[in-house]
Amino acid sequence: MLSAEALQKIDREVAKYPPEQKQSAVMAALIVAQDEKGWLAAETMDFVAQYLGMAPVAVYEVASFYNLYNLQPTGKYKLTVCTCLPCGLQGSLEAADHLKARLGIDFDETTADGRFTLKEGECMGACSMAPVVLVNNKKMHDYLSKEKIDALLDELRKR
Amino acid sequence: MLDYGPDAILMAGLDGANWRLADYEKRGGYAALKKLLADRVPPEQVIAEVKKSALRGRGGAGFPTGLKWSFMPRQFAGAKYMVCNSDEGEPGTCKDRDLLRYNPHAVIEGMIIGGYATGSGAGYNYIHGEIWETYEQFEEAIGEARRAGYLGRNILGSDFSFELYAHPGYGAYICGEETGLLESIEGKKGQPRFKPPFPASFGLYGKPTTVNNTETFAAVPWIMRHGGDAFLNLGRPNNGGTKLFSVTGHVNRPGNYEVRLGTPFAKLLEMAGGVRGGRKLKAVIPGGSSMPVLPAAVMLATDMDYDSIAKAGSMLGSGAVIVMDETTCMVRALERLSYFYFEESCGQCTPCREGTGWLYRVVHRIETGTGRMEDLALLDDVSDNIAGRTICALGDAAALPVKSFLKHFRSEFEYHIEHRSCLVCGPDSEPKWGRAGAHLPAALARAA
Ligand SMILES: Cc1cc2nc3c(=O)[nH]c(=O)nc-3n(C[C@H](O)[C@H](O)[C@H](O)COP(=O)(O)O)c2cc1C
Ligand code: SF4
Ligand code: FES
Repeated sequence: MLSAEALQKIDREVAKYPPEQKQSAVMAALIVAQDEKGWLAAETMDFVAQYLGMAPVAVYEVASFYNLYNLQPTGKYKLTVCTCLPCGLQGSLEAADHLKARLGIDFDETTADGRFTLKEGECMGACSMAPVVLVNNKKMHDYLSKEKIDALLDELRKR
Repeated sequence: MLDYGPDAILMAGLDGANWRLADYEKRGGYAALKKLLADRVPPEQVIAEVKKSALRGRGGAGFPTGLKWSFMPRQFAGAKYMVCNSDEGEPGTCKDRDLLRYNPHAVIEGMIIGGYATGSGAGYNYIHGEIWETYEQFEEAIGEARRAGYLGRNILGSDFSFELYAHPGYGAYICGEETGLLESIEGKKGQPRFKPPFPASFGLYGKPTTVNNTETFAAVPWIMRHGGDAFLNLGRPNNGGTKLFSVTGHVNRPGNYEVRLGTPFAKLLEMAGGVRGGRKLKAVIPGGSSMPVLPAAVMLATDMDYDSIAKAGSMLGSGAVIVMDETTCMVRALERLSYFYFEESCGQCTPCREGTGWLYRVVHRIETGTGRMEDLALLDDVSDNIAGRTICALGDAAALPVKSFLKHFRSEFEYHIEHRSCLVCGPDSEPKWGRAGAHLPAALARAA
């Protein structure tokens, strides 16, 4: 269900906690699973539950509580813009508008070619560097002018 | 060189690349830990030194750190834990990220010393999910410390052992609340616990646990190296040391600045380049979005320390200073804040779950021109019914901004209701800092 490499990563996470507390690794295990599969299908979560010796419902609860888990497929690149007040004061709403115009989609939509999904996020702890965009939960891009957004989209289109 | 200001001690000598163990040791790092272990300093003495320093928690509540450490049961036979709260998600706060990526070993050394002082054998650093690169970098720093013998069994040949791990958050503001955070490390939804019992008696896995903020831990090595008095003297009585302030919003140079506690707000504003475009200052939220907003005149007469900000009618909180100039529509600003708390409520308590949706809905209708005069009393009333009636302080955090916006900027709300347009932006004009997020209509449907 998950690659040997992914399982190895999960094992490394499990080792961080006391032996009787394997469940503590569920957040990290779901991150590993999502990185490999792109999103968390029920069967993926069931597999994680079985691997960690948890009830499946306990895993679903975790996956639905934390905002960065994808419970549905997304485009190849999920772009999340922080629009919270401090970022908003520093131009993140204009950045979001520019992204929407360039991609031709609104928040929570995916481009027809399946390449980009646009999301709105809450504070990412990077406020002074606004506007900030997070790509696939992993790579943060900051101080995003319109030109920098265009360059970022061009780069992601080529990949 | 990164410039956090002339008073910087936690962020002094950093250039963005010199975060590794060898660099930290060159700056005097791990000397404090080595000395403690070599001299077999009694743990109580470490706690006494931290108490003397008047270090107060940098995560929001400002609780005295030495006192918190002294609550850990001395004679407890089983496991005890040190937990670092790096789930920085309070809108406006972006200092812990800088500490973790530019000076991670100060946090690690602080946690080890905390473990020594409280007799804890293991620690976890809970790191905000959105800063994944920083999480990976921190794991690398832990690896360096382990290989150098600063972590693990019998540290530097002493009889003290301490293990440290990083735990990822994944996009839930409420996990910044310390008991929500502990639930999250246990592999559950991050829903805060009833208190008491407090973490010092029933924490992670039910064991005695101390939770401190990243910046709190980072200050500890400096205190042990230079003495509690030296730290205290940098600040003011009861407000020891320097503090990192994240200055955001309408300033020319948004960023993190480390200043002595007690520094006038005007000085901090000047360090951040002053108000954008030479405009007039209108309002400031001095401690992160959960704290009451203050009008410009009050802020300009205030110093940046816990007691002064409290006297001025707000709280220092996490040190996130959100600056708003004269072009800011306060109704719209509050609308976005209210949306945040509605979105992030964990849903456990009825007053918070229902109340945050209610607050957002009412502010939204005032902002969009369908509010009624009675709504102002309603906002006050809903806020009063949330504050103090919930399991955790998120309820207060949602209510306090509403009360303070109404208190200081009531006329703007009244104008919106009476004229169905904005006093600041004028009729039909675009607000200067952008339109309301497109999330708002969809969110409204969910809030209804
Ligand atoms: C809703 C909410 C969010 C919080 N978020 C954070 C946070 O992101 N970082 C943090 O250190 N403390 C946060 N706190 C405060 C913690 O509960 C706790 O008081 C703090 O981590 C203790 O560390 P300190 O004594 O060093 O400040 C939050 C509290 C609440 C109620
Ligand atoms: S006050 Fe709100 S966030 Fe806190 S426990 Fe209750 S419902 Fe959850
Ligand atoms: S408010 Fe956008 S990153 Fe903090």
